[in-house]
Amino acid sequence: MISLRKISRHYQQGGQQLAALQDIDLEIGPGEYISIMGPSGSGKSTLLNQIALLDRPTSGTYLLHGRDVTGLPDDEQARIRRENMGFVFQFFHLIPRLSAAENIEIPLVLSGVDSVLRKQQVAKAMLSFGLQDRSTHRPDQLSGGECQRVAIARATIMHPGTLLADEPTGNLDQATGKQVIDLLEQLNRQGVTLIMVTHDPAIGERASRRVKIVDGRISSDA
Amino acid sequence: MRSTDHLRLAAGAITAHPARSILTVLGIMVGIAAVILLTAIGEGVRLYVLAEFTQFGTNLIAVFPGRNTTLGISGATISTIRPLSLDDATALERLDQVTAVVPVIQGNARIEYGKLGRRSMVLGVGAGVPEAWQMPVASGSFLPGDNPGTARTYAVLGDRMRKELFAGVNPLGKRIRVGGDRFRVIGVMAPKGQMLGFDLDDTVYLPVSRAMEIFNREGVMEIDILYESKARAAYVEQRVRELLIARHGSEDFSIVTQDQMLEVLDSIMNILTLGVAAIGSISLLVGAVGIITIMTITVTERTAEIGLLRALGARRRNILLLFLGEAVLLGGVGGIAGTGLALGIILLLQILVTGLPLEIAWNYVTTALLFSLVIGILSGIAPAIRAAALHPLEALRAE
Ligand SMILES: Nc1ncnc2c1ncn2[C@@H]1O[C@H](COP(=O)(O)OP(=O)(O)O)[C@@H](O)[C@H]1O
Ligand SMILES: [Mg+2]
Repeated sequence: MISLRKISRHYQQGGQQLAALQDIDLEIGPGEYISIMGPSGSGKSTLLNQIALLDRPTSGTYLLHGRDVTGLPDDEQARIRRENMGFVFQFFHLIPRLSAAENIEIPLVLSGVDSVLRKQQVAKAMLSFGLQDRSTHRPDQLSGGECQRVAIARATIMHPGTLLADEPTGNLDQATGKQVIDLLEQLNRQGVTLIMVTHDPAIGERASRRVKIVDGRISSDA
Repeated sequence: MRSTDHLRLAAGAITAHPARSILTVLGIMVGIAAVILLTAIGEGVRLYVLAEFTQFGTNLIAVFPGRNTTLGISGATISTIRPLSLDDATALERLDQVTAVVPVIQGNARIEYGKLGRRSMVLGVGAGVPEAWQMPVASGSFLPGDNPGTARTYAVLGDRMRKELFAGVNPLGKRIRVGGDRFRVIGVMAPKGQMLGFDLDDTVYLPVSRAMEIFNREGVMEIDILYESKARAAYVEQRVRELLIARHGSEDFSIVTQDQMLEVLDSIMNILTLGVAAIGSISLLVGAVGIITIMTITVTERTAEIGLLRALGARRRNILLLFLGEAVLLGGVGGIAGTGLALGIILLLQILVTGLPLEIAWNYVTTALLFSLVIGILSGIAPAIRAAALHPLEALRAE
């Protein structure tokens, strides 16, 4: 259960205050499929980063499963990210010198899982994402779709309750983008909360709940 | 996160850029090798010089005429003081715990045998030389302990002197001329080699009283006193001082013990080694700058990676240790490689060139190795702190 209470995020820019988010109230239940849409610069990414605990609000409160996580120390927020959230980025963010398998393994390494267990889990994930014959390939030897599949495998390897995707198809052609969306929706059907930022209405309309943002405010939520 | 994973990731990042990692390691390697090589030379020279000084034995006290504070003979006041006489030497011989006394004067003279002749060093000495200076006689015997006034005109040759004057001829019993006087050869010394530039083999040993006549001198230049090895240097020194003050009426002489000489020498030589180590450290500093440079570049290049790791739940400490680990690995590998290189060069030199004053200074080797790790930490700390302080969002945006 994610609840944002009057979350605002202001940026200081050249002496001027810029309100990227203003008094956002948002409740997201477990297993929901939410798209966040809106024009460029409206504050979609800023909102997603708040939910992801990658950024701190200027004001407001963030409750995660009823617990106030707004002011937690860095390391504690890092632990929450590690254990509860998976991230899918527009530009994949794979580490270029590591193989596909090693990239998928990172969250397990950060959690201190032992290497035998890690290898098993990674092999299983590679199989279920159709990457089994790509395990030793480095990102520059993979197609865009394969890169995003590796990124999704990495995002789900810790079995997080929530998947956060910021324009996951923004860097892919239409057909590949469709496959990635199918994959994410399939994970949602298995019970993962899916929060996806997109400016593509065709993709955004697919979500069961659609939040529209204009100028840092929620303009519609249905 | 496990420390083995920290290390593995750090090593992976280093091997991902083989060329520049090798160059960085090379910088530290050269620095460490320089320190070890230079200190090996310093240590070698130190041991060489100390060996030069102890080859005459260590239970030795030397008395010089003239009062002075530093080592050696004071020339300035020589006329106003009583010279050290042969009687002084005889009196010292009677001291408790003294085993041999050698009065010494030294000069140059022409030495002739038949038609052959050469100018060379002449040492006027007492009978105690083989024992006090630890110089064995190769054939014949050394000068006998005759009374100074009636010393027989015997001579003993150094090894080189024998070769030059008596090639293929047995010198024993032959007559040579030294500064016009005739002497009979009764012995030949075993080869001893050079001692701080003096060729002790290119020498003729004469009874000290005869040598004083040849060089027209009143007193001796030095009296060497050999004491029992179980005796204390300070005790013997004190007895020598008391005796000579009683005979001279004042302390118009200087006493130098072997211990004092060695102490001064040793400290000078240690400073020398420290000095060359400092010179070597300059190249180590250059190596450290190399690590700082490469680590700074690495952190900048991998900003996006840092942001990703932080987003995926890495703590600041993980990031810090990751980059610090890379720097320490670079330094450590450089240190080990440098040590290997230096030890290899030293061993090779010792095999190829014999008699080289080269001695591995193990304390400096260990220090250099530890230092390479410290250099890694010191050069890596600033870039690593910068990496750990990056805000995950700023870092993610860096692509
Ligand atoms: N780090 C920042 N510093 C200053 N302004 C920012 C920063 N990040 C975002 N903004 C501003 O906040 C607003 C919302 O940005 P963002 O959430 O990225 O928009 P989008 O809806 O396109 O994802 C924009 O006007 C953007 O310029
Ligand atoms: Mg955006």
